[in-house]
Amino acid sequence: MGVGIDVEHLNAWYGSTHTLQDINLNIPANHATALIGPSGCGKSTFVRCLNRMHETNPIARATGVVKMGEVDIYMDASPVEIRRRVGMVFQRPNPFPTMSIYDNVASGLKLNGFRNKAILDETVERSLKAAALWEEVKDDLKKKSGASLSGGQQQRMCIARALAVDPEVLLMDEPASALDPVSTSKIEDLIFQLKSQYTIVIVTHNMQQAARVAENTGFFLNGKMVEFSSTDMIFTNPKDKRTEDYITGRFG
Amino acid sequence: MPLSETIPQMDSSTPSAKATPLQAPAILNFVTAAESVDEERDPSPIRQYLSTCGNGAFADKTFASVMLICALSIFAIVLFIFTILVARSRPSLAQFGFGFFTRSAWDPVSGDFGALPFIFGTLATSLLALAMAVPLALGVAIFLSELCPAKLRAPISFLTELLAAIPSVVYGLWAVFVLVPIMRDQLGPFLYKILGWTGFFEGSNFGVGLLTASIILAIMILPIISSITRDIMQAVPTSQREAVLALGATRWEMIRTGVLRNARIGIVGAIILGLGRALGETMAVTMVIGNHPDISKSLFAPGYTLASVIANEFSEATGDMYLSALIEIGLALFIVTIIVNAIARALVWAVTRGAPARVH
Repeated sequence: MGVGIDVEHLNAWYGSTHTLQDINLNIPANHATALIGPSGCGKSTFVRCLNRMHETNPIARATGVVKMGEVDIYMDASPVEIRRRVGMVFQRPNPFPTMSIYDNVASGLKLNGFRNKAILDETVERSLKAAALWEEVKDDLKKKSGASLSGGQQQRMCIARALAVDPEVLLMDEPASALDPVSTSKIEDLIFQLKSQYTIVIVTHNMQQAARVAENTGFFLNGKMVEFSSTDMIFTNPKDKRTEDYITGRFG
Repeated sequence: MPLSETIPQMDSSTPSAKATPLQAPAILNFVTAAESVDEERDPSPIRQYLSTCGNGAFADKTFASVMLICALSIFAIVLFIFTILVARSRPSLAQFGFGFFTRSAWDPVSGDFGALPFIFGTLATSLLALAMAVPLALGVAIFLSELCPAKLRAPISFLTELLAAIPSVVYGLWAVFVLVPIMRDQLGPFLYKILGWTGFFEGSNFGVGLLTASIILAIMILPIISSITRDIMQAVPTSQREAVLALGATRWEMIRTGVLRNARIGIVGAIILGLGRALGETMAVTMVIGNHPDISKSLFAPGYTLASVIANEFSEATGDMYLSALIEIGLALFIVTIIVNAIARALVWAVTRGAPARVH
């Protein structure tokens, strides 16, 4: 089961660039939340703050409060603990090229010292099934390299890899932007199925995608969150003029 | 008029122009517009120039053959050296046969020669040097590539590379005046005290010997291994590091899974380069190894390497047999280097099962 995320007064910088300015947001548990906005508006930075990946860049820093359930992720926990609880799927599929499909999916567990083979086998199968990839790869799990799959399969494998550590939150940073339409629709189906069990935050450039998969949508512009409400409201009755301009294609 | 020549061709080869009537008028308009422009003005000077440039076949062929000659010259050089070594060591080859490589005798007075102690000395010092240098070099590379604050990176990298630029005779001098006394008075006795029971630190310790030579070799191959390893690690894309970090990895787990694992073939390559340097290193080793053709279990014992004996004795080699035995020692070094490299490559192949690592 997922957990909700409360963000209060979140600010983030890359060097001297103020990329996120005072973001306040409640992301409900076990729902999909989409973040839309033009390139460079800060939505990727925002999701990277939710699992403390933002700070892995030496020139980046962030202030503010991010609570996952009762845990303040910046005060009460180490980045390593947070990232175990928050899975992440990146824009470009990033399989481990030297590992088999099986090892790719099991890598999160093996990394944390998990060695029980029966449970590993079961987890790999369950995660690949959840990522709708099991049928395509079950015969060469240990024979084929993770890099030998097609782009769309690689991305689903990366989703399986994130799911294998049983996270409470799944962050997806434009997970389908490097994929063809068929793979994209598979990923979207997947998000639709997964959101009952995980809290999903998905960054997307594609507004139809946000409309299809997410209950709530936030619109980011120039480092600020302009509007956040139910997806229906955002797309049918936006409160802010800038949101309306963006979704009707007048800019961005 | 190049344009009016190409347009009709394009038109007939574009099915959409005929298939979809909607697009046809647009293309026809384009053709007429282009032709009218052509009639009004001279052909553009750029098109005129490009049409005189030829089809590039000559340039491509020349380029390919020049590069082929460069590549073949490598074979030629290796073959040439090998032939000369074999030809000049013929007397010794005839007298001792293959036994030259397995005999321990080295007696210029009676003309009895064998290469085994030198092969042992070369392999023992080089492998020992690798055992010491590789962990240290990996540590340096990991620090420089993954952990080092940006301000320190340039100075430390510069110093590491400077270490590679010092001539080997200077390393030898330093070893004679600094390393040998330390080995004799402090490190040697200390090793004997805690590891004497292994039998590797037996006998009299004069400060010169296999261990001292290995240490100086380790220092000399450290920079090449660490700087190449660092470059390879930095070439691993950030997306691999992020993929591991996002799974909840610690810094070391990230480096192990996300960086070292992807860079392993390149790292073995760096180690092979270091080994190559250690096998052939002459001057510094000659100055501290003791120069005595022994095969001893003790690392304190003096030894001799293939390269050192050639450097030491070539100028005083009297008699054809002595000279040809020394040249055969050169042949032995040549062969040892090839075998060691082949083993190292087989090792890489075994680890990766023939599949090269692909990194996005």
